[in-house]
Amino acid sequence: MKWDEFFVTGDPLIYGADVSIVLTMAGILFYMTRYKKWKWLWTEWLTTVDHKKLGIMYIVSAVLMLFRGGVDALLMRTQLAVPEAKFLDSQHYNEIFTTHGTIMIIFMAMPFLIGIINVVVPLQIGARDVAYPYLNAVSFWTFFIGAMLFNISFVIGGSPSAGWTSYMPLASNELSPGPGQNYYLWGLQIAGIGTLLTGINFLVTILKMRAPGMTLFRMPMFTWSSLVTMVIIIFAFPILTVALALMSFDRLFGSHFFTLQGEGMDMLWANLFWLWGHPEVYIVILPAFGIFSEIISTFSKKTLFGYKAMIWSMLLIAGYSFLVWVHHFFTMGSGAAVNSVFSITTMAIGIPTGVKIFNWLFTMYRGKIQFTTPMLWSLGFIVNFVVGGVTGVMLAMAAADYQYHNTYFLVSHFHYVLIAGTVFGCFAGLIYWYPKMFGYKLNERIGKWVFWLFTIGFNVCFMPQYFLGLDGMPRRVYTYSEESGWGPLNMVSTLGGFMMGIAFLVLVYNMYYSFRFAKRETTGDAWDGRTLEWSTPSAMPPFYNFAKIPEVTGLDHFWRQKQAGKVEKLTAKDIKKIHMPSNSGVPFIMGSFFFVLGFGFVFDWMWMAILGGIGVIGTLIYRSFEYDDGYYVSVEEVLETEKISK
Amino acid sequence: MAHAETHDPNTPLEYRSEVGRLNILGFWIFLGAEVALFATLFATYMVLTHRIADGPALGELFEVKSLLIQTFLLLTSSFTCGLAVHEMRRHNVKGLMLWMIITLGLGLGFLYFEIQEFLHFIHEGANIGTSAAWSGFFVLVGTHGAHVTFGIFWVTMVLIQVAKRGLTPATSAKVFITSLYWHFLDVVWIFIFTAVYLMGMVMHHG
Repeated sequence: MKWDEFFVTGDPLIYGADVSIVLTMAGILFYMTRYKKWKWLWTEWLTTVDHKKLGIMYIVSAVLMLFRGGVDALLMRTQLAVPEAKFLDSQHYNEIFTTHGTIMIIFMAMPFLIGIINVVVPLQIGARDVAYPYLNAVSFWTFFIGAMLFNISFVIGGSPSAGWTSYMPLASNELSPGPGQNYYLWGLQIAGIGTLLTGINFLVTILKMRAPGMTLFRMPMFTWSSLVTMVIIIFAFPILTVALALMSFDRLFGSHFFTLQGEGMDMLWANLFWLWGHPEVYIVILPAFGIFSEIISTFSKKTLFGYKAMIWSMLLIAGYSFLVWVHHFFTMGSGAAVNSVFSITTMAIGIPTGVKIFNWLFTMYRGKIQFTTPMLWSLGFIVNFVVGGVTGVMLAMAAADYQYHNTYFLVSHFHYVLIAGTVFGCFAGLIYWYPKMFGYKLNERIGKWVFWLFTIGFNVCFMPQYFLGLDGMPRRVYTYSEESGWGPLNMVSTLGGFMMGIAFLVLVYNMYYSFRFAKRETTGDAWDGRTLEWSTPSAMPPFYNFAKIPEVTGLDHFWRQKQAGKVEKLTAKDIKKIHMPSNSGVPFIMGSFFFVLGFGFVFDWMWMAILGGIGVIGTLIYRSFEYDDGYYVSVEEVLETEKISK
Repeated sequence: MAHAETHDPNTPLEYRSEVGRLNILGFWIFLGAEVALFATLFATYMVLTHRIADGPALGELFEVKSLLIQTFLLLTSSFTCGLAVHEMRRHNVKGLMLWMIITLGLGLGFLYFEIQEFLHFIHEGANIGTSAAWSGFFVLVGTHGAHVTFGIFWVTMVLIQVAKRGLTPATSAKVFITSLYWHFLDVVWIFIFTAVYLMGMVMHHG
């Protein structure tokens, strides 16, 4: 490989990106060195095993990825704004819609939710940490490294261009030569390891680390949604692992799983991909459902309506999620009988989902509703998500799907469910739990601007796409003719897209503004909350979360304590020494070796892959021989942190 | 974590620390994920098994003798692994070491015959690129073999730790977890034995 193939060349946009990357890196290096922040970065963040800090790092990464994926989206919308535009060529357009889809699902939506889960779940169940704090750090770093590996593709070697679904044979060596598709395979594979580990970690955490008295049917709904999500992760992600590995074998070692030669089956890829891919949709929607449940209950001042129905509907959705994957390719020759079965299972998912929608509505019924920003996002979710859900039922009819599959009708549908569900959920959760992470609220007035700009922009962007789809505009095309008549609606859609972009900028401004000017919280109960995470005395819980593990007597325990005026106050004799895990630099180092491994495989440089592999195994062995039992926080330190006098 | 705990004297050592209990439960769940992983590989193999293109049929090259030796070695190793854990429960470090080393020897023997078999297939003109069926075969059986290889390294590392530190709640939990892993590989092999080799030979020879 020559150097001019190694770096992507020939496009002024790319040169601009190169310059901005170099400048940003230089700026960070200068700032960190000038203000002597390296040691702080290492001890406080890179080596941390604190679930709250890892959660914040997940969220920060996800917001950066939202920016990257959003820029991709705006580039696409710019190209499509007018007929026969020359802004992007077809290859560049293909790369951008591929990275947009992959980044938004794998490196934005999932990490954003996992970040919120990391911050909130241990607090909600009254635990001091997760079951495996060290493993939690490994999960984060593998996710982060996978994301970085995928992201550098657009300046080094070229991005994948076969769509986020990477259908074979399009993604084969013949039709997608070069490193682009390898970036997809290895970025996802490495990040996938972290996701599976998170699944195991939080499943055990929720099953085993709950505070005394918190039975399964006393758990807050967000914790429940996380539990169900973890189960889906544990069964779905190994399928992705295998699918990616098989495609890697096809591309690297000439096997014939999905090829047209050697009697390989290209449809096998479609099946494996969606056997993971459909449950993945629920991995990114169920935690959002959990977030909305918490918020709607808190700001209606009522216990969640139909608590048990909510749980059973979630379990049903989790089961169904594995039974509907064929609806992603009704038109690829499965036959009428198979299509009918999957059509019915797909529609059946609407039933438990409908149960949840009505439960949220009934929770609000006769409640004292407070229209805070998290509540606005939740209300906006209900309305817009239903639009997405109803059009989903339209798509679920296999016969009708022959009319609008692979059109903008579909594109609009899944953006209506994923943005109104997951993205609204991420924003709602971020704003709701922001004081738990940073000790102050985001500004409510600016927050409402963000909500309205984003929600209106979202509808302006995607509502026209339903009509474009019904009018026959196919997805994945980089341009269209004047005669098609699709120009005006596309222009409207693009304007909506940019409105969402502006909303994102205002959100970031709000973070800056609130950091500077927001009133700091003095208690841990910023929203008059109902669940245990709000019961910590200080606004931001100390690294050990709870000085004394709470005991739970029922659902919404903390709320009922407050109502009865019986919130326990900590006294010096409640305090015992606390056992905590030690920080470790090994997960970060292991992640770096994963990067070397992945980069080697991307360019087919086996020496480099082997070097990285040795590094990964070496760090595993190092850890295995390390007997670190953590340390104890002394009673004095706890008393001081909790501001209790003896 | 790690509170002062009182134990029923019958509680096995590996369950005496909270970390040990959590790790063992977590590992069971990990094995659940491994089941999903192997199930996917089996399903892939099953749909590809007749897609032999211009290459040899799968059952045509399978040999009963090698298969029986491999099976005997691996199943016996699972038994000796069980004996090792039995000795561990009796706090007999020497017995544990002895039976685990025998387990490793049997595992190595299995790998030797598996690699010989793979080389034989390649010699007969069947490699990973021959046809979809052979791709499925090499990746499914090879993934199991890679797991055995990993297991041998892992058990060795854990045994070194037992030798250095003796039997503690921490080391015994590690031994117990590796034993779960080892038995799991045995279970997977039984499925490979049936679904790949027996079915392959039956379908080829009738």
